Amino acid sequence: MEAVSEETRATGLERSLADAYREGRSPRDPRWLTEIRRAGMDRFHEMGFPTVRDDAWKYTNVAPIRKVPFEPAPEAGPTAVPRIPDDLPERDGTQIVFVNGRYSRALSSARGRPDGLEVKSLKEVLEERPEWAEPYLGRIARDGNAFAAINAAFLEDGAFVRLPARTAVERPIHLILLSEPVFRPTLSHPRNLVIAEPGSQASLVETFIGTAGELYFTNAVTEVVLGEGAVLDFSRLERESDAAFHISTIAVSQGRDSHFTSHSISLGGALARNDLNVRLDAEGAECTLNGLFLGSGSQLLDNHTLIDHAKPHGTSRELYKGIMDGKSRGIFHGTIIVRPDAQKTDAMQTNKNLLLSKEALVNSEPALEIFADDVKCRHGSTIGQLDAAAMFYLRSRGIGEQEARDLLVYAFASDVASRIRVAPLRSFVERQLGLRLAGSGATAVREVIA
Amino acid sequence: MALLEVKNLHASVAGNEILRGVDLTVNAGEVHAIMGPNGSGKSTLAHVLAGRPGYEVTAGQVRYKGQDLLAMTPEMRAREGVFLAFQYPVEIPGVSNVYFLKNALNAVRKHRGLPELDAFDFLSLVKEQAKLVDIDEELVKRPVNEGFSGGEKKRNEIFQMAILDPTLAILDETDSGLDIDALRIVASGVNSLRTPERAMIVVTHYQRLLNYIVPDFLHVLVDGRIALEGGKELALELEEKGYSWLEKEPPAKAQPVPVS
Repeated sequence: MEAVSEETRATGLERSLADAYREGRSPRDPRWLTEIRRAGMDRFHEMGFPTVRDDAWKYTNVAPIRKVPFEPAPEAGPTAVPRIPDDLPERDGTQIVFVNGRYSRALSSARGRPDGLEVKSLKEVLEERPEWAEPYLGRIARDGNAFAAINAAFLEDGAFVRLPARTAVERPIHLILLSEPVFRPTLSHPRNLVIAEPGSQASLVETFIGTAGELYFTNAVTEVVLGEGAVLDFSRLERESDAAFHISTIAVSQGRDSHFTSHSISLGGALARNDLNVRLDAEGAECTLNGLFLGSGSQLLDNHTLIDHAKPHGTSRELYKGIMDGKSRGIFHGTIIVRPDAQKTDAMQTNKNLLLSKEALVNSEPALEIFADDVKCRHGSTIGQLDAAAMFYLRSRGIGEQEARDLLVYAFASDVASRIRVAPLRSFVERQLGLRLAGSGATAVREVIA
Repeated sequence: MALLEVKNLHASVAGNEILRGVDLTVNAGEVHAIMGPNGSGKSTLAHVLAGRPGYEVTAGQVRYKGQDLLAMTPEMRAREGVFLAFQYPVEIPGVSNVYFLKNALNAVRKHRGLPELDAFDFLSLVKEQAKLVDIDEELVKRPVNEGFSGGEKKRNEIFQMAILDPTLAILDETDSGLDIDALRIVASGVNSLRTPERAMIVVTHYQRLLNYIVPDFLHVLVDGRIALEGGKELALELEEKGYSWLEKEPPAKAQPVPVS
């Protein structure tokens, strides 16, 4: 028998995926759903796991993930109902909770849910009202990477959110994806689908959280579709365990005159990679993408964004900031495509990074692909250390060295944090920022900010 | 005891020796002007006294209130009453002027054994001192120096000085880039802060400022050494003759003469 090469040999994860896939699905599943899964598996087989030779993965080596034979969490889940960690933003509205990728009725709550708003388990929707999901599921995220393809192959559950047309939902809707320790390293493939009907308006917070020190793998895909004039404020808080792997794709399709705002806060994970792909599919659509990634230890935090201006009069604003300490590595890769049809596009992208230690590293790569001639596109990117002149200025006024450092780091990050519209999330992120800064108390620092 | 005693001070920046043996004595209540051509070491002296990292003292000593100033961190010098008004005040986006200053003032007060000011008392102090340099209160609330004009930045420095109430104020080319109106405002702010307890070192390239802030002593720094010392009338002589004649002659070792 011939020796198999490194690339084709089934690794720990590859083998466990193949085993899990063979176990098969319920024969009651609609045919189109079976088709999505099969297409996902085919696509994954075709693409294989990315390697550092792939341009989009050149700084993010997924070999450590491939080595682990992650398995799906057991159906029953842990015996006791887990607790949602206390150190999360306060929530006073609807929340839907998944534990290791499976819906938890006990932890979910529909408090104060207005008429017409649907926040359900996708699995239940696929069983009871598959026609609600069929027009969108798998279509928004159709061109994803290999991990998104794996997610499609194992598509089973996640949050289904439908915002009723011409209605403003007042309280933020929380999606909580909790990873609980089980006996073996587990993986989950949550698939969330958010449908913002025409003229709807809401704030949504997607939170990924795990137990410190636990090894698991979250492979998530969130599909978001905005109808005409819909306004969606989408926040994402990634606080996975420091040993966990997190790979996710958020795919967004925007209708005419719709507004999509995202706030992507990456704090956790040994390796966390997020692809945010936004398609401005109709005239006058507008998106604002804000991001903040804080790395320490040996974390790798990778943010890929793609803004695809497909139609005229689109506007996009993007601001991502990274603060890397220890031996951590941060990546920002931002692509903006302006298609031939997308005249009068106005796009602006900014990425700023702060390195707090000599061993921390950031790669910042803007990529503009412009095929229309009457457009306005700007981008800028910086990587730097704390400004020595600013440090001396603060100290020369009597402010201690550590406090001056904290102040400057906090000021750098607060620019993004202050844009978060969901107030409890904003103060949570500000608190986290304060905690990350050694020395002076967070409140003392927070007070000093404009 | 003199407030500040600088003896044979040598300092290098990035390996280049800039100060080559500066001697300077400043007593409480005195205003000393330091003039000199570009590159003579005026600003270096100001920054060395404030403790700027990267400015390496290679020889000599500086005693301030009888203590070894050079052994103190910049923040400790500030808390002990040393204040540097920067030639190029630094912009710090995201940090508001007023809260930055409140923190600074309270760090200074704590060190001096005074109770910290609460927001209310601090804001009334701000209101009072803002008038002194005719600075807009709205400007005070904005991020530190961000988007300020040159004149606004300089006024902000003097405003900070008024709030922090230093014992030794060092003004580094506070006049540079100011039109005559702005210069008058800044100078009158400085003059109102002259007290029998407070000493000032005014570093300038031009005689013009000294028409408004009249010094007790004037020192001319050339090539890292004090080349000439005298009273305020020396400034007029320099205005007329320039600095070039000093650079050729050996340094005159005149004793400072008080201005009558």
